[in-house]
Amino acid sequence: MEVPILTQGQYLIASIQSALTDADLSQLREALIERVGRFRARGVIVDVTALDVMDSFAVRTLRDIAHMARLRGAETVIVGIQPEVAFAMVQLGLTLKGVATALDLEEGLTFLDGVARERVERGQGPFDRGPGHRDRA
Amino acid sequence: MPDELLVPIASDVDVVTARQQGRSVAANAGFSSGDQTVIAAAISELARNILMYARRGEIALNLITNGDRQGVVIVARDQGPGIPDVARALQDGYSTSGGLGLGLPGARRLMDEFDVSSVVGKGTTVTMKKWRQLAS
Repeated sequence: MEVPILTQGQYLIASIQSALTDADLSQLREALIERVGRFRARGVIVDVTALDVMDSFAVRTLRDIAHMARLRGAETVIVGIQPEVAFAMVQLGLTLKGVATALDLEEGLTFLDGVARERVERGQGPFDRGPGHRDRA
Repeated sequence: MPDELLVPIASDVDVVTARQQGRSVAANAGFSSGDQTVIAAAISELARNILMYARRGEIALNLITNGDRQGVVIVARDQGPGIPDVARALQDGYSTSGGLGLGLPGARRLMDEFDVSSVVGKGTTVTMKKWRQLAS
């Protein structure tokens, strides 16, 4: 089951629709890292709202995505971890340390906009706002 | 006593099947959605261990009743290499596979009862249970 990846401005949004096998997760990682380059993306959102469980492999893969995307110049934020999933993750000792998370898609976009603004302020722009950009000024 | 549900584990697709079956057994028995997720997560880790160390095995799901408690019993069996030092394998951060080392200790934290029996060269059986109080 392939995860659809949408492009919105300079952000990539991967919206997980169902339970994923290890192979699906690895495929998602490859696809996202490739698209960061192809679309010159500055941000990646992985929406895990529909994920039934986050086990050690899923967490490791999401962490790898975030770190690999950062090495390619894009910031990643994981959104939509459900309360029960968060509970089970903490019991399992899985923390997603070093990876940005946000409550939902809306908060994830706000987070990435903030990162983009900081970059512009630090003179690391220019940051072209894509057609789909939602201004929150 | 309902029939045992047996899920063979031989590929990553089976890991998903096993945890979904476990979730649905727990859901049908009236476990909360939090407990269902915990049970599914523990099954996922055990199924993954089977794949990683033994390549194949099976996960059996059962419901039991004990007085005013109902339990989901999960038995993960394989005929793999076995675990030479079970006590150590249950310690956090210990892994021989280059994984996160969370499989067994993590699953143990999720469940109410947890037992590992392993014979080197013969295989490993992990039995774990999650209980819920039946309404009186």
